[in-house]
Amino acid sequence: MIMASTKQLASLWLGKSLLLLIVVVLLYSAWIVYLVGQPLFGVLLLLVALAVGVVFGWRRFYTVRFVVPGMITMLLFVLFPIIYTIYLGFTNYGSFNLLQYERAQEVILASRIVDKASSRPFSVYAEGDQHRLYIGDGGQGFLSEPAVLDGSPVTLVAQSHVQPDVPALSKRDVIKIRKALAQVIIRLPDGTEMQSAGLRAFAVIQPEYTLQVDGSLIHQTTSKQYIADHETGFYTDEDNQRLAPGWRTHIGLDNFKRIFNSAGIRGPMWSIFLWTMAFAVGSVVFCFILGVSLAVVLQWPHLRYRSFYRVMLILPYAVPAFISILVFKGLFNQNFGEINLLLEAMFGIRPEWNTDGSLARGMLLIVNTWLGYPYMMLLAMGFLQAVPEDQKKAAYMEGAGVLRVFFTITLPQIMPPFLPLLLAAFAFNFNNIVLILLLTRGLPDIPGTLIPAGETDILGSFTYRIAFMDSGTQFGLAGAITLIIFLLVSVIAYANFVAMRRAQGTTV
Amino acid sequence: MIVENQRTLFFKKLAAHGFLLLFLTIIMFPFLVVISISFREGNFAVGSLWPDKPTLEHWYLAFGLDYTRGDGTVIEPPFPVLLWMWNSVKLASISAFGVLAISTISAYAFSRVRFRGRGALLDSLFIIQLFPNTLALIALYAVFDSLGDISPAIGIDSHWSLILVYLSGIMMHIWTIKGYFDSVDPALDKAAAIDGATAWQSFRYVFLPLSVPIMSVVFVLVFIGVINDYPLASILLRQEENLTLAVGSGLYLNEFKYMWGDFAAAAVLSGAPITVVFLIAQKYLVSGLSDGAVKG
Repeated sequence: MIMASTKQLASLWLGKSLLLLIVVVLLYSAWIVYLVGQPLFGVLLLLVALAVGVVFGWRRFYTVRFVVPGMITMLLFVLFPIIYTIYLGFTNYGSFNLLQYERAQEVILASRIVDKASSRPFSVYAEGDQHRLYIGDGGQGFLSEPAVLDGSPVTLVAQSHVQPDVPALSKRDVIKIRKALAQVIIRLPDGTEMQSAGLRAFAVIQPEYTLQVDGSLIHQTTSKQYIADHETGFYTDEDNQRLAPGWRTHIGLDNFKRIFNSAGIRGPMWSIFLWTMAFAVGSVVFCFILGVSLAVVLQWPHLRYRSFYRVMLILPYAVPAFISILVFKGLFNQNFGEINLLLEAMFGIRPEWNTDGSLARGMLLIVNTWLGYPYMMLLAMGFLQAVPEDQKKAAYMEGAGVLRVFFTITLPQIMPPFLPLLLAAFAFNFNNIVLILLLTRGLPDIPGTLIPAGETDILGSFTYRIAFMDSGTQFGLAGAITLIIFLLVSVIAYANFVAMRRAQGTTV
Repeated sequence: MIVENQRTLFFKKLAAHGFLLLFLTIIMFPFLVVISISFREGNFAVGSLWPDKPTLEHWYLAFGLDYTRGDGTVIEPPFPVLLWMWNSVKLASISAFGVLAISTISAYAFSRVRFRGRGALLDSLFIIQLFPNTLALIALYAVFDSLGDISPAIGIDSHWSLILVYLSGIMMHIWTIKGYFDSVDPALDKAAAIDGATAWQSFRYVFLPLSVPIMSVVFVLVFIGVINDYPLASILLRQEENLTLAVGSGLYLNEFKYMWGDFAAAAVLSGAPITVVFLIAQKYLVSGLSDGAVKG
């Protein structure tokens, strides 16, 4: 650069200060994210901030700038969440162990108990816009100084006094100011402090647990000692009684031990795994056979109205899948769905699509084939065009039949480019939780399992149910199962990658 | 063409048409039934395919209007279908623009800009993308749950959180656009480079104008993908007025409150526009699809 004009200089400085601003904002958010209890995500944001600063600050990284935005979003919201989910598999994170240790301790220490023996009735007396509280029932009690009860916390000093001889506030008026009363502390002459314990009484209210120097907790009335057990994430006493809430902690391989050792989980997991494989293979095979057959018929030059058939046949693909799946859910309803009405009218049968496991699985395969064949058909129509017409003609001349030509000439030529796409379809169906969640929710459930597991659940929907549905958010266990799915998907992904490479190698 | 016997050819044609028509009838059955149900009285009523007493009740409710029956009872719409549609369209449009911006720039870099580790990065991104986002649900929930403490705008039940997640699903689209850029004649950017254009300038003034067709394809793909998403939206959205169509429409077929008729009208109403968009775009989509995309 020989002489930069002032305009160029200005835009250069504008760019530099903008970059500085972005980096500072990123660093600040990294710190905040760290503070709210997501240290991993915070560190990641820190790295992002550094990367942005380096790549956009130095000219020698000019070429890398183009890929940085894409890489950052992938890192933050694809790669990191998968790794983090798997990490959670080694923790006890879940509805019983939702908080960090410090927060769980705070919650336990904030719990209060009413000292029943000290409980005494009270009355409220109005004096203009102020109120006095009287503790005791007739005779000698304690009367507080007057104060405005506006809902802010106040401590009122009370003196020994006989009950005033004027009408007290009615029950209804007391209820009206109950929120303000809850904030009042009455200090008696001997220093005891009493608080509202319901609508009828004031009492001494104490923390239920007191924190000891060694970190353990002592219960106020039973004097039992609870020791923080960082192995399980709970405060426990000598009889292993736990205090709720617990906190998040690393439990090593416990989730995996549960999966592989407990028969109540291992049994259903195995059957779910087998069904996942069967479902994915079955869906791909059925869609492939149907799609390719239709494509071959549609490719026949003698057939008229081909474009009409084509549009009609891809309609199931064009309609949003969640709508079609819900429509099928209604149609297959075993009590008042249209499919059973029709079957009963025609054959007198009412299959139990919802309560019979095998029929429910059959239903899923039928619906998934309906949803998926147009995709295979579209792909097949593309690949079929690449098969040379004269090879087929030559085969026909030699007297080969239609089927023979298809299996010896057409199919071997469309398979190599098809293979990676079939593997991708397999991987997709392996985790096709939308279909399962919307159509059956995994039901009917397998009887006698420790955690709800359905006959139609695939691994993905099983995990979703453990984490977000009926069995109470067990994120840790779900994370552990996610690792298993991750390993299985890795194998498929690698196979897909290799097949893709081969396909590119043959076509290019 | 091979000379065939006219008679056998005729029967073959007949068989082909017969097969296709029979198949189409089975395939179309769900659509016909749903349209019929949307005009039928009541929510489980059994009836003929052509409704005996057609009623617009379900359609009024789907459009969010009160419906007054013959006997004077007023029925209120059970769910805000139009609001859900708006949520879906809003999320889908913003995400589609965002994905387009990010993936076009990345695709340009992977196609034209030389930097170290490009091939390895491309391969690893391809493999990462093969892992479905359902594997990440728990962590996404946990992270956004914590981020909500900073600001509700990036917490659970915020559309912005969901958009951030949708913006990350770009790899497939980078591949599609990269394929298109690879087919652009290298003479073009060489000419630009000789005239002194930087990489950014040749992207902005040469490639961007050229890539309008592929960008519209990717836009439609992302748009449809977001509209169809169920798992992410179902864990990140909570309140009824925030739901998208995909999450909301499931509420109609609750076991305890089964609204089959109302669902049918809402389904036709919301499904029809998306279907039309898809059918118009599908010609252009097929080429993108065979590059490794699977519909969600």
